[in-house]
Amino acid sequence: MQTFQTDLLCIGAGLAGERVAIEAAAAGFDVTCLSLVPARRSHSSAAQGGMQAALGNCAMGEGDSPDVHFEDTVKGSDWGCDQEVARLFCDNAPIAMRQLAAWGVPWNRVVPGKSTYFKGGKLFEKEEKQEKEGLITARAFGGTAKWRTCYTSDGTGHTVLYTMDNRAVQLGVAVHDKIEALSLIHDGENCLGAVVRCLKTGELRVYLARVTLIATGGFGRIYRESTNAVINDGGGLIIALDTGVVPLGNMEAVQFHPTGIVPTDILVTEGCRGDGGTLLDKNEHRFMPDYEPDKAELASRDVVSRWMTHHMRQGLGVPSPYGDHLWLDIRHLGCHHLATKLREVDEICKNFLGIDPAVNLIPVRPTQHYSMGGVRTDKDGLAYGLKGLFSAGEAACWDMHGFNRLGGNSLAETVVAGMIVGAKVVEYLRNHQVSYPTGLIRDFAAQQQDRTKRLISKADGKENVFTVRNAMYDALMHGAGIFRNAKDLEACVQTLQEVHERANKIGLRSNGRGANPELALALRLPGMVRLALCVAQGALQRTESRGSHAREDYPERNDRDWLVRTLATWQPGAPLPTLNYEPVSQVWSIPPGERGYGGGKIIPAETKE
Amino acid sequence: MARNLTFSIFRYNPQDPISVPHTDTFVLDETNHMTLFIALNRIREEQDPGLQFDFCCRAGICGACAMVVNGRPGLACHTKTKDLPDAITLMPLPFFTLVGDLSVDTGTWFRNMAQRVRSWVHTDKDFDPKALEERMDNAVAEEIYELERCIECGCCVAACGTAIMRPDFLGAAGLNRLARFVLDPRDKRTEQDYFDIVGNDQGIFGCMGLLACEDVCPKHLPLQDQLGMLRWKMGWAGIMNLLPWKRK
Ligand SMILES: Cc1cc2nc3c(=O)[nH]c(=O)nc-3n(C[C@H](O)[C@H](O)[C@H](O)COP(=O)(O)OP(=O)(O)OC[C@H]3O[C@@H](n4cnc5c(N)ncnc54)[C@H](O)[C@@H]3O)c2cc1C
Ligand code: SF4
Ligand code: SF4
Ligand code: FES
Repeated sequence: MQTFQTDLLCIGAGLAGERVAIEAAAAGFDVTCLSLVPARRSHSSAAQGGMQAALGNCAMGEGDSPDVHFEDTVKGSDWGCDQEVARLFCDNAPIAMRQLAAWGVPWNRVVPGKSTYFKGGKLFEKEEKQEKEGLITARAFGGTAKWRTCYTSDGTGHTVLYTMDNRAVQLGVAVHDKIEALSLIHDGENCLGAVVRCLKTGELRVYLARVTLIATGGFGRIYRESTNAVINDGGGLIIALDTGVVPLGNMEAVQFHPTGIVPTDILVTEGCRGDGGTLLDKNEHRFMPDYEPDKAELASRDVVSRWMTHHMRQGLGVPSPYGDHLWLDIRHLGCHHLATKLREVDEICKNFLGIDPAVNLIPVRPTQHYSMGGVRTDKDGLAYGLKGLFSAGEAACWDMHGFNRLGGNSLAETVVAGMIVGAKVVEYLRNHQVSYPTGLIRDFAAQQQDRTKRLISKADGKENVFTVRNAMYDALMHGAGIFRNAKDLEACVQTLQEVHERANKIGLRSNGRGANPELALALRLPGMVRLALCVAQGALQRTESRGSHAREDYPERNDRDWLVRTLATWQPGAPLPTLNYEPVSQVWSIPPGERGYGGGKIIPAETKE
Repeated sequence: MARNLTFSIFRYNPQDPISVPHTDTFVLDETNHMTLFIALNRIREEQDPGLQFDFCCRAGICGACAMVVNGRPGLACHTKTKDLPDAITLMPLPFFTLVGDLSVDTGTWFRNMAQRVRSWVHTDKDFDPKALEERMDNAVAEEIYELERCIECGCCVAACGTAIMRPDFLGAAGLNRLARFVLDPRDKRTEQDYFDIVGNDQGIFGCMGLLACEDVCPKHLPLQDQLGMLRWKMGWAGIMNLLPWKRK
């Protein structure tokens, strides 16, 4: 078996993984990134809208500061975030954007003079100042007090990831692509690397590292309907959970995005609403102001998604062969705006729906989009439970998002966290040495070899991998979607437990040779079901509504009992995750209060004995 | 009327000693809004779980799913079956190393290309975290973005006559990448520096200007303009190079 050795092993080569890699490589360490796909195909490249940083350059961003950004982030999180981390993030975001500019991102810039913009379907005028000419500009996004989202047209993730990867090439970071991590190598105290499968040849390999970073992005693909890439199936979270000692934080906090298109669930960016797009029902009535007179379409995503679902439940959705949906109207923005600022949206509509958004309405519905939960880390990015294991990006629960993350805050998180965690990784590398016990490594590798053999020889059963996966989809969509309640969640947990047993009895129908895709899914599926169980069990236990987690039977946000973060670990062989809780924040710069939108009652913390 | 679609798909698994290159046929009933993404996944789930192909974003933005559809390189996730006849032939992209069936290794080639064109902003300025960002004209930023929209799908290279004959050819994607830096005021390389990279047959002088690249580019990048610009500039830099007193 091929064995590689490196200082830092980044599992994941999206923005978060590469940003950490760059920090370590710049400090002279040897770095290897692993990725399921070439680095530039990572899902970070799909982000269209932009990333938040309080630069305050554009007219509508005047008076912005990290303090205002911090307040928006904490409110957005529904007071579920770690306020120390949110503070670190907001203070450093402007530096990260400027650094990206220096590295080559072609940010859109301030153009002085008068121009018009839309808000809620109405036309307004603004004037950009001469003295700000050529500085990085910003657009509006939901849940923000100022225009703060920096962008390059609607290809922000693409340009930022390409720039990041250019920088990685320049610094000699190695990226091994078409590689899937199957398990971490650890002794219960130290993390020592990973066992992986090469997706070009099907061979198993071992990577040994002094520091391992999990930056594998979201796990949206445990849901059937998701805006996430088909590779976002939680691989990094699974290998962390399987250690039995590393907890996953707040797995029940799953964000649905208001505007996935029907039927393919491809996302059209929040920038559409930020730039003045509106939501209409089957009567082409603009309904959001009825529920949120102030913020309307620009309330945070959890709120808009819930009102949309509520509105459709009132029978006001547009019927279609794929179920009910609503309309997104960006016709009034005009061809020029669509062709320059919302060009990917224009292409998506034309290519996947065969419609022209300048004259047609876009069919949309809320779709699974972002995982606030992930590998629980401290503010340095160090995972709980194992030394030498770090995590960053969407895969991590660093926890500046709490129970709902604001649009534009996660792309920014990948680079800001990458910068901060990267510096901590360098510090760690300078101060820690490890030794690699060969017996232990052999055992971990043998375990994966054994699993592979059993799947090919059908030693454990003949379950069809796709049928079992579909059963997981059905259970989750029904029980742990936008609205949740005890009855459906209980059924969901029970079904998922049965699905988990079946997932351990899969037998391959193909021969499993080479880069066989059936084998890849079969190796991954039991872990995906465990993640689904962490979501469902966490949601069942959390008897309150906070951010994206909405319990119909517990509509209040309950600060008295639930100002805590869920920590899920999985003991080997256990039927369910073990749930523990910790306070959401050690520091309270802003005490829990109303968000100013979204309604709902709050049970205050003071009522606690 | 729902059609029955017949897919003829290239099959070969280089890792399997008994596998030989051949074509397999699959029949599928067409559904509304069917794309090759939907079709291939259905074939894998219902008929042959070992079938290899690549999709990632399934939204036309990551470049993973390029293949040859009825003789023409394109993105499979983008391609609607209603725009195709009921006999559909799928082949892997030529030129790149085959992983298996419809899956090829584009990652290695594109990373190598990035190294060859030294695909990063060359500057001697250190980043100062306390300073304001350097200003840039918005129109220039938009022009750079225009060229940076390449998703490294590989269609242009697969369609290129020169690339098929010269495996070391940078291809339209590589030349376009360099053009992006030529345009960028932050990059302080001189024309001579660029010339050293592309002023040869592996670069701009290998291109025969037959347009196949621009025809197949799913992002509609203005590849011809870039090739023309580079050829003009590099031709000029080449002449300068012959005049010793002009040499830097
Ligand atoms: C359609 C869409 C649009 C978005 N738009 C915005 C936006 O406008 N603004 C914003 O702030 N956020 C946006 N987001 C969210 C944001 O894009 C992501 O949260 C962010 O890019 C995640 O980056 P990452 O580096 O953590 O992970 P990713 O970019 O997803 O990278 C994950 C990496 O891990 C690798 N990997 C995964 N599993 C394994 C494994 N088992 N072994 C080895 N490697 C593995 C992958 O190959 C990949 O390289 C959007 C998300 C989606 C889905
Ligand atoms: S124009 Fe040049 S790069 Fe494009 S296909 Fe022809 S030879 Fe290749
Ligand atoms: S230039 Fe066009 S065809 Fe070539 S790799 Fe880029 S996107 Fe694909
Ligand atoms: S799957 Fe991303 S471009 Fe087709």
